[in-house]
Amino acid sequence: MSDDTTRTIKVEALARVEGEGAMHVEIRDGALVGVELQIYEPPRFFEAFLRGRRHTEPPDITARICGICPVAYQMSACEAIEDACGVVVDGPLRALRRLLYCGEWIESHTLHVYMLHAPDFLGYHGAIEMAADHRERVEQGLALKKVGNQIVEVLGGRAIHPLNVRVGGFYRVPTRRELQPVLDGLLRVREIAEGTVRWVGAFDMPDLTYDHELVALSRPDEYAVVGGNVVSSSGLDIPVSAFLDEFAEEHVARSNALHAYRSDGTRYLVGPMARFALGYDRLSESARAAAVEVGVGPDDRNPFRSIVVRAVEVLHAVDEAIGLIEAYEPPDQPAVPVEPRAGVGHGVSEAPRGLLYHRYTLDDEGFITDAVIVPPTSQNQPSIEADLFRLVEQNLDLDDDALRHVCEQSIRNHDPCISCATHFLDLTVDRG
Amino acid sequence: MTAPGAKPRLAVWKFSSCDGCQLTLLDREDELLAVADAVDIGYFLEATSAQVEGPYDVSLVEGSITTPHDVERIQEVRAASKVLITIGACATAGGIQGLRNFADVDEFVSVVYASPSFIDTLATSTAIADHVPVDLELRGCPIDGRQLLEVVGALLAGRKPVVSGQSVCVECKAAGNVCVLVAHGTPCLGPVTHAGCGALCPSYHRGCYGCFGPSESSMPESLAPALAAVGMDESDQGRFLRTFNAWAEPFRSASTVRLPDPHRRQP
Repeated sequence: MSDDTTRTIKVEALARVEGEGAMHVEIRDGALVGVELQIYEPPRFFEAFLRGRRHTEPPDITARICGICPVAYQMSACEAIEDACGVVVDGPLRALRRLLYCGEWIESHTLHVYMLHAPDFLGYHGAIEMAADHRERVEQGLALKKVGNQIVEVLGGRAIHPLNVRVGGFYRVPTRRELQPVLDGLLRVREIAEGTVRWVGAFDMPDLTYDHELVALSRPDEYAVVGGNVVSSSGLDIPVSAFLDEFAEEHVARSNALHAYRSDGTRYLVGPMARFALGYDRLSESARAAAVEVGVGPDDRNPFRSIVVRAVEVLHAVDEAIGLIEAYEPPDQPAVPVEPRAGVGHGVSEAPRGLLYHRYTLDDEGFITDAVIVPPTSQNQPSIEADLFRLVEQNLDLDDDALRHVCEQSIRNHDPCISCATHFLDLTVDRG
Repeated sequence: MTAPGAKPRLAVWKFSSCDGCQLTLLDREDELLAVADAVDIGYFLEATSAQVEGPYDVSLVEGSITTPHDVERIQEVRAASKVLITIGACATAGGIQGLRNFADVDEFVSVVYASPSFIDTLATSTAIADHVPVDLELRGCPIDGRQLLEVVGALLAGRKPVVSGQSVCVECKAAGNVCVLVAHGTPCLGPVTHAGCGALCPSYHRGCYGCFGPSESSMPESLAPALAAVGMDESDQGRFLRTFNAWAEPFRSASTVRLPDPHRRQP
């Protein structure tokens, strides 16, 4: 409804994100009063019903939090439980975990780049509509995504909710022969991965800078995905076990997702932009070269360029997966034994959308007495709102349709995984 | 179904779920564009912001009913759909979130949320068929992509889809696996679980954990002695049955006998 002082925009549901939520923009007398991201996807209570399950069960159960990034849940869960039980999984088994994670990064990022986000920049409703004009490009994206899924399938048993992951390692490790078709596939799509960086690097995007504090996992020896310290752009550097000392979740009325903040109440951002800025020098050489070629660097703070950073991370993951398979020697045992003991364990890994923290408390028989899961989208919600606020403020003169589009695109910059955070987007702009 | 020459109109709906079953369609990389060419996508939020009003020839419904609003919305989806197919364990059995059905949901809310009064949820998570008539149920957590294509392809061709109601054991034998329960003493729900995955878990040297739910003539009681023989006590057996299809009979009743209290073990 619109009159001279009031404009109301409604979008029933934001498309091309995972899960369901709403957005409300309030404008009075031409001035922006507030922006709220409302996540009303129904709660599913994972933390509640993990209690009373055995220490072996979280990899299967938490995988069900998200169909798009189940590996992330499995990896953070395994890391946390192994930590509680005093076990470190290293060597070839850790390499296999990274390989599995590379598969998830490739499939999830490529899904986002080609099917969810690129249509925004090129003016289509979705990849299927885009395919009418850019069939070959979409087919290339699907081929790249397929190789990511192929890694997860061979190593995990299936692409969605892998079944071959267990605390301590795997049920069965692949033979070199089984990985050969995966390697062939990776070598085949490597050029597509490079081409994707160039393609998205040439998209027109607004010139914006945001000053979110960036938070990611970091290791000195690699572009961190599993294991390492939690670091930030303001100099934070803490072990995973101190995560809840520095970051806290709060519950706000508008959302079924908890919002996370730094313990001093400030917002922060996790995800590809944070990883890229904090781990730039540990990217594969060709991924870094591709980033340089399209002019995206570690100081980049424009969230619209996250699509470029995702493409760079895909290329990195392809390179890393190739290296891991070429160096692969099957371990003697598919898993190290993990004997339960009473204690608390912390686990962090880098989901495609950002840092994913798990904490489990076990009793002396290994039954879970308490579980805490902090998904990336909960952590990013305050930053997504901050982006929206500035973007709306700068674009108040746009008509409703144009403003809605730019807001939706801004939300998709962060690839929110709304089911993860618990969650549906319904945009309302109230200019009353 | 539709006007002569018109493509059938497909809609994909989501209720309480992880999005994994609708992602199964997007993960059919080799067939996706062909399927998209053969149908008119009327509603599929995960894939497109374009929306066409119903009625829809085929609706795929993912997720379970967990809020008062869901109860109303599924009626609207049913009214707008000629054929309604539920996809996945959430839509066909209430899903993992069905674990609340055995517990005190207010207590669950208080564990997860600091301000429980903000949360509007039902005490139960239930299958779509508990609320509206369903034409076909596709099981699995997640569903199997080949099965989904079979169903969509059959509908496009105007024939009945071929979906087995047998147990995982049949697929396991076809895959040439050694029985992990008999040969390795690994607890396995294959004999009482619905086929459809291709016996993945035994192929990866682990026991089936029942993610496709009970098979058509599933008798978990008959499996109990074998599970006990490989060292599973009553409560372990109860939890084994109580995962992603916990609210589906007969997993529900067989687990409840073993776990009379909420899904947790006795102190």
